[in-house]
Amino acid sequence: MVHSGTSVVGVSVRGLGKAFRGTWALRGVDLDLAPGETLVLFGPNGSGKTTLLKILATLVRPTRGSGVVSGADLVRARDQIRHRVEILSHGSALYEELSPRENLSFAAAIRGDRPAEGAVAAALERVGLGEVADERVRTLSSGMKRRITLARLLLRRVDLWLLDEPYTNLDREATKVLEAALQEHQERGGMAVIATHNFLDGFKLATRLAILARGRLILDEPRGTMTLPVFQELYALRTEGGGR
Amino acid sequence: MNFLALAAEILRKDLRIEARSREGLNTLLFFSALLVFLFRFALGPTEAQVRQGAPGLLWFAFILTGLWGMARAFQIERENDCLEALRLVPGDLGGVYLGKVVGGCCVMVATELAIVVMFGLFFHLDLWPAGGRLVPVLILGTVGFVAIGTLFAAITAHLKAREVLLPLLLLPLVIPVLLPASRLTELVLAGESLGAEPHWLRLLLVFDLVFLVLGYLTFPFVMED
Amino acid sequence: MDRLGVTLGLGAGALVVAGLWMGLVQAPPDAVQGEVQRIMYLHVPSILTAYLAFTVVLVSSIGYLVRGTRGWDRLAHASAEVGVVFTAITLFTGAIWGKPTWGVWWTWDARLTGTAVLFMVYLGYLMLRSVVEDQDRAGRYAAVVGILGFFDMIFTHMAVEWFRTLHQPSSLQRGTIDTALKLPLNVNLLAFVVLYAYFLARRLRLAALDEAVEARDLGE
Repeated sequence: MVHSGTSVVGVSVRGLGKAFRGTWALRGVDLDLAPGETLVLFGPNGSGKTTLLKILATLVRPTRGSGVVSGADLVRARDQIRHRVEILSHGSALYEELSPRENLSFAAAIRGDRPAEGAVAAALERVGLGEVADERVRTLSSGMKRRITLARLLLRRVDLWLLDEPYTNLDREATKVLEAALQEHQERGGMAVIATHNFLDGFKLATRLAILARGRLILDEPRGTMTLPVFQELYALRTEGGGR
Repeated sequence: MNFLALAAEILRKDLRIEARSREGLNTLLFFSALLVFLFRFALGPTEAQVRQGAPGLLWFAFILTGLWGMARAFQIERENDCLEALRLVPGDLGGVYLGKVVGGCCVMVATELAIVVMFGLFFHLDLWPAGGRLVPVLILGTVGFVAIGTLFAAITAHLKAREVLLPLLLLPLVIPVLLPASRLTELVLAGESLGAEPHWLRLLLVFDLVFLVLGYLTFPFVMED
Repeated sequence: MDRLGVTLGLGAGALVVAGLWMGLVQAPPDAVQGEVQRIMYLHVPSILTAYLAFTVVLVSSIGYLVRGTRGWDRLAHASAEVGVVFTAITLFTGAIWGKPTWGVWWTWDARLTGTAVLFMVYLGYLMLRSVVEDQDRAGRYAAVVGILGFFDMIFTHMAVEWFRTLHQPSSLQRGTIDTALKLPLNVNLLAFVVLYAYFLARRLRLAALDEAVEARDLGE
């Protein structure tokens, strides 16, 4: 699926499923995402949101199904996908004994990236961590640690952002930075899949809305003229009693 | 990304963390001093007993501290889910293995030297006849231990039973390291040259090579998924 | 019961009976050790079969890592289990042999020590499998242990052998085997190999059924 306006190629998965011993965490998921779209994924805990994000990030191999992310096959061309995707997970993937600057440089280095002169500093500035750029992460608050991961996201130009509960531990200011960055990303033709519980903020960002329950995608629509209260009503109905 | 460059990055990162860590080297040294005392009390009043058993005791001490060191190599990655980021590295994950092995060897050999000095000090072991020949023995033995230890530490890192499984899996496999290494240490402490029993040396060398290669080849499979 | 299983079972049964009769009844007793030496007809074939089993583990472990199909993993697991059983038999018969011969239940003889280590390595293999939840991961981790364990055994045997010969003359005289004893030995060896194949087949079938049940539970 190639968009004529940009060089970004979309996401397209079919029948995606993942089984862990005894149960399906994800089942029969079909998803399409065009460049510039932001899919916001809602769902109760344990509904499979994280699993879906991890599969798209190539961290987890699907048990069933196939897909293409940014023109590369989900199973056979994982390395290629990794160059074009960035995931913001629950875990910060930060080394407590290193500074934010060192953490970001390391993250870039192991990918084989060589960030431009001052790019790391600029990213840290942007998230408001310019002053503590060389302090050990261990000494920083959890809010600041979260901002480092945001800076790490901003350091790269990728086609697809996978954000797992990005609002956790992010204060108002940092949230604004995230939203501004997301907008720039969208304008460049970038795509995003955001898993969140935060209806207020998440709804705002979405160009598509989706609900995952018990591993199945029970809703996937463009936001269109939907309003938040209506959507919340829909969500409550659809996920009541375990999602039918 | 070139696996050597990746290994270098990992090594640099780990050594930096090690240098700044509150645990790590300090605790290892404290632990080894503790072992010296334990051996003394466990083996009875005569120093001769300890001196006779020194080569074996030294390697026993090395292995004990090594077990802990190996587990740590991946515990730092477990904290904050750093392992996830490593798994996403495009290209040859064998570089991560190599970096971890070299880092592990550096830390272990440093600790071993400290233990040897402590042994010498507290048990009046004469280290002069050994001279510099002890170092290659330490290195060769350590490489074998770390080559397998790093791999198994990666395997057990996420398991609840890791504290018992790592020694359980690792110890039987390092017997072909323990035997030559302690024998060679015995020789060296007696003032003999390493060439006095070349078959032991050769065994260690080949073992190290074989298991470094096996580790490098199988590590990506351990990191998958 | 499937045809292969039945055939192997009958074949193993027949050979074991024949082998036991030849070894324990028909063959002449050893000139030096007497009747006790007959244990050799169980001890030697069982360790050789264990080696065979672990070689199969090596090959199927590599196969699983490279190919990723369940069949390889089931083969590795089954063969490791049977191999551990045969190793245990070796140790047990070794102890039985040792007591009347040298007066002790255990000696640090190179071969016996090496076998004990072998037992521990593959016991560890099985423990690792039982602890890891996800089947694919369990298979992969076990495959790594299976591969390393095999090469390690070669080094361990060499190291332990040298270790013994340096400190004490070898206490187990293996000499040349009298032809009268060769035939029963070979028959027993064949019996054990077929027995291994039988156990393997049964175990594989069980594993396949297990997986089918799990798949059905998942609602495939």
